[in-house]
Amino acid sequence: MKTIKTRYSMIIAGVPLVFLAVFYFYPLIRIFNLSLISDGTWNLEGFGKLVSTPYYVRTLWFTTWQAAVSTVLTLIIALPGAYVFARYRFSGKNILQSFTAIPFVLPSVVVAAAFHALLGPRGILNTWLMNDFAFATPPIKLDHTIWFILMAHVFYNYTVVLRIVGSAWSRLQPSLTEAAHMLGASPWKTFRKITFPLLFPSISAASLLVFIFCFSSFGVILILGGPRYATIEVEIYRQAVHIFNLPMAAALSLIQICFTFVFMWVYTTLQRRASITLYPESRSATQKKPVGRRQKIIVWANILVMVIMLGSPLIALVIQSFRAPDGFSLVFYRAIFANRAQSIFYVPPVEAIAYSVGFAFAALVLSLIIGGCAATFIARGGKRITSILDPVFMLPLATSAVTLGFGYIIALDRPPLNLRTSMILIPLAHTLVAYPFVVRSILPALRSIPENLRESAAMLGASPFQAWMKVVMPIVRRSIVVGAVFAFTVSIGEFGATVFVARPQTPTMPLAIYRFLGQPGIMNYGQAMAMSTLLMLVTAAGFLFLERIRITSGGEF
Amino acid sequence: MKKYGIYFFILALSLTVLTGCSKGCKPDDIKVITIMTHDSFSISEGIIGIFEKENNVNVRFIKSGDAGAALNQAILSRENPLADIFYGVDNTFMSRALKAGIFVSYDSPLLSAVDDRFELDTEHSLLPVDYSDICLNYDKAWFKDRGIAPPESLEDLIKPEYKGLSVVENPATSSPGLGFLLATIGHFGSEHYLDYWKELRKNDVLVTDGWEDAYWGQFSAASEGVRPIVVSYASSPPAEVHFSQKPLDEAPTAAVTAPGTAFRQIEFAGILKGCKNPEIARKLIDFMLDKTFQEDIPLQMFVFPVNSKARLPEVFARHARLAEEPVKVSPEDIAQNREQWIEAWTINVLR
Repeated sequence: MKTIKTRYSMIIAGVPLVFLAVFYFYPLIRIFNLSLISDGTWNLEGFGKLVSTPYYVRTLWFTTWQAAVSTVLTLIIALPGAYVFARYRFSGKNILQSFTAIPFVLPSVVVAAAFHALLGPRGILNTWLMNDFAFATPPIKLDHTIWFILMAHVFYNYTVVLRIVGSAWSRLQPSLTEAAHMLGASPWKTFRKITFPLLFPSISAASLLVFIFCFSSFGVILILGGPRYATIEVEIYRQAVHIFNLPMAAALSLIQICFTFVFMWVYTTLQRRASITLYPESRSATQKKPVGRRQKIIVWANILVMVIMLGSPLIALVIQSFRAPDGFSLVFYRAIFANRAQSIFYVPPVEAIAYSVGFAFAALVLSLIIGGCAATFIARGGKRITSILDPVFMLPLATSAVTLGFGYIIALDRPPLNLRTSMILIPLAHTLVAYPFVVRSILPALRSIPENLRESAAMLGASPFQAWMKVVMPIVRRSIVVGAVFAFTVSIGEFGATVFVARPQTPTMPLAIYRFLGQPGIMNYGQAMAMSTLLMLVTAAGFLFLERIRITSGGEF
Repeated sequence: MKKYGIYFFILALSLTVLTGCSKGCKPDDIKVITIMTHDSFSISEGIIGIFEKENNVNVRFIKSGDAGAALNQAILSRENPLADIFYGVDNTFMSRALKAGIFVSYDSPLLSAVDDRFELDTEHSLLPVDYSDICLNYDKAWFKDRGIAPPESLEDLIKPEYKGLSVVENPATSSPGLGFLLATIGHFGSEHYLDYWKELRKNDVLVTDGWEDAYWGQFSAASEGVRPIVVSYASSPPAEVHFSQKPLDEAPTAAVTAPGTAFRQIEFAGILKGCKNPEIARKLIDFMLDKTFQEDIPLQMFVFPVNSKARLPEVFARHARLAEEPVKVSPEDIAQNREQWIEAWTINVLR
C-alpha cells in the first residue's frame, strides 16, 4: 500500500517538475552559463557592481516597497468586495465578477490611454474641475508619479483578491460568525478572531500573487511611472536588450529569483502554520439576498467602488474606440476588418481572436494539469520537501520574460526540443506564468479538506479514485474554476513573453494592438482602441463560458 | 457523462490548436527562406508574392521584439541561426552586430543605385535598405492658435516661452530617444551636450520610456496630452496624413528639419552566417534593394528608400521632408561611447 502511494505521489510531483526542468530551468541555466561563465571561469563582475552601486540597491528597495504598498492597497480595497461576493446574491453578479478581471488582460499602453482619457491633463475629470471650479491648471497630476503606478496595480490585481478570497469566504459557514455574535462579540472582534484567521490562507495566497506580480511589474512601471522609476524587471530588460550586458542582466535575474524564493519560503512557512481544516459549506447555505438598509448599502457601496475603480477606465476606452474626429462612428471597427495598408502582416481580427482564444484554452488545460498536480503534491507532501518545492513552483511567475526568452533561443534549438519557431512555445510560455495562479487558487481549498472526510469515504468502500471524485473534487471545483479563469486571463493578455516566442503568422490580440500603435495617425490609434474593445469582449465571453461550466456541472460546494 | 462533455470539448479544442501546425506549416516541396526582423517591419503582401513566384520559394518572417531584442537574439543564435536574413540593424546597433560577426558579406550589384553615404559598412556585411531622420515634431494648430512661433532649432527648446512644451524619449530604452540624444551630441559636441540637457531639464522637459507613450500619451496633436513638441521622425507628418480618417490637404504636425537638428537613422540587412539558403538569400537581398521593394517601403514603414531610383509615393513627396544637414556621429563613436553617454544623460536628466 505504502509503495503504491509513494509511486502515485511521485507521478503527481513528476509532472510539474519535468515541465519546469525542461521549459524553465534548462533554458535558464543555459543562459546563465553563457552570461556568467567565459572561458571556463566565472565572471561575477555583475554581482560586485550590483552591491556596490547605490542605484541598484535603490532599485531593489523601490521594487520591494512599491510591491508591498500595492499589495496592501489592493487588499484594503478588494476585501470588502470579496465579502460581498461571498455572502450576497444579487442580479448581475456573474457579469460583474467577469468584468472585474478584464483589466488583467489589457496591455499597459492601452490602460495608460484609458487613464489619460479620464485623469490626464485634458481628461474628463480635469476638464470638469477646471470648468466648474475655476482651476487655472489641471488640479490632478498623476502622470509619471508613484500614485499612478499604485493605482494601476490595484486596477490590475483587484480581481485576484476578489476571486481567491471570495471563493474561500463563500465556503465558510456563517454559523461560526453567528455563534460569535450570540456570545456577544462585536463585528470587528468577530472578524479579527474568527473570520480573518479562517481566511488567512486564502488572503495570504492572494497577497503573495499580487506581491509577486507587482514585484516583477514591467509595462506599468515603464509607461505609467515613466523613466524615473525602475523595477529590477525593467533594469533587466535595459541591460539585456539595450546595453547587451548579459552578465549584468543575469546577475539581476538571479537576484530577482532569489528574492522571490525567499518571499515564497517565508510565505509557505506562515501558510502551513495557519492552515485550518474545515467542513466546507455549500454556496446555497452561505449566500443570501441583501435585506435591510445596512446590507443593501454595503452591497451597493462595493458595486460602486468596482464600477468607479475598474469600470470607468474601461468605459473610457470603449468610448474612444467609437470617437472619430468628426463624431461617433464605427469607422475604426470597419478599418480593422480590412487590410487597408496591404501589409503582409495584416491580422484579420477573427484570426487574432482565434489564435488568442486557442492559445488561452491550450494554456488553460496545461495549467490545470500542471498546477493541479503541483497543488495536490504540496497539500499532501512532507514538510521538508514541500517547503522547498512550493517556492520553486512559484518562481516562473517572477522571472523576467527577456531572460527566459533569450534562454529559449539558445536552449531549445536542437531536436528533440527544436521548438524555437514552433507555435507550441506560445501556450508553453503562457503556462509558465499561468499555472502558479492555479496552484494558489486550489491549494487553500485542498488544505481545508479534513482528512477524515476522505477516510470515511474509504471506510464506506470508495476506491481512492472514487473518494477523489466524490469528496475532493466537489469541494475544490470552485477553486479549479477560479484557477482556470486566471489561466485563461493570464494567457489572453500575456505580452512580455509572447513578443519573444510569437510568430507573425500566429499573432495574438495584444500583439495586434501594439502593431497598430507603432505608427502615427488617428486611424492607427482608433484601430488599437477598437481591437482593445474586442479583446475585452472576447475575454468577458470566455469568463462567462467558464463560469457556465461551474453552474451547469452541479453538485457543487 | 453528459456534464463532462464540455471538458472534452475544451481538451479537443486545445489539442487541435497544439497539433494544428503539423500540417500546413511545412510544405516540403518548396524551399523556405526566413527573414528575422523587429516588430516595426512591414511590407506589402503582393511584393513578397512577386519574389516567391519568381524564385519558387516561400518567404517566412520571424519578428523578435524591438530592434535591440531582435538583434541580440540573432547574436545569441549564431551557432544555429534562426533565419537566413536579418533585417533591421540600424547605425546605432551596427558596431554590436559587426563585432559579433554574425553576417557574411555580399557585394550586391544593386548597391550601385545606392548613395555611398549610406554604405557605412564597406565590407558589405550589412547593406543599407532604408533611412529616416529622428527629429522634433510639433503640433501646428497649437502654435498657430497661441500665436507662438514653432521651434526651429534645438536651442529654441530651452527658451522660456517653450517651458513645459516638449516630450522626449529615454535614450536608454527607446531608439528615437537615443537618436535625439545623438543629435544633441553631434550638435553641441560631447563636452557640451549635457549643459544643453540641464537647461532642457530646467525648462521642464518630460521624458517617457518609449515612443508610444510620448506620441500617444503626451503629444497634443495625437492624444489627450498637453505637450505640442515631441521627438519622432521626419516622416511622421505624412503618416498622419496617410492614416487620417478623412483626406487631409495638410498634415496636422510638422517636422523640424533645420541643419544640425536631426539624427539620420539608417537600417541595414545582412545574410546570416551559417544560414541554410545562402543563394536565395543573396537573391532576396537584391530584391530588397531593387525598385519594386524599395518603392513599397515608404507607405509600409514610413521611412525613406536608399535606392535613388525609387520613386516616392505622393503622400511622401508632398508631406515628407528630409533633414537638411543631419548631425554626424560615426557608428564607431556610438559603439565606443554609447553606454557612457546614456549613463551620463541618465544621471543628469533623470536623477
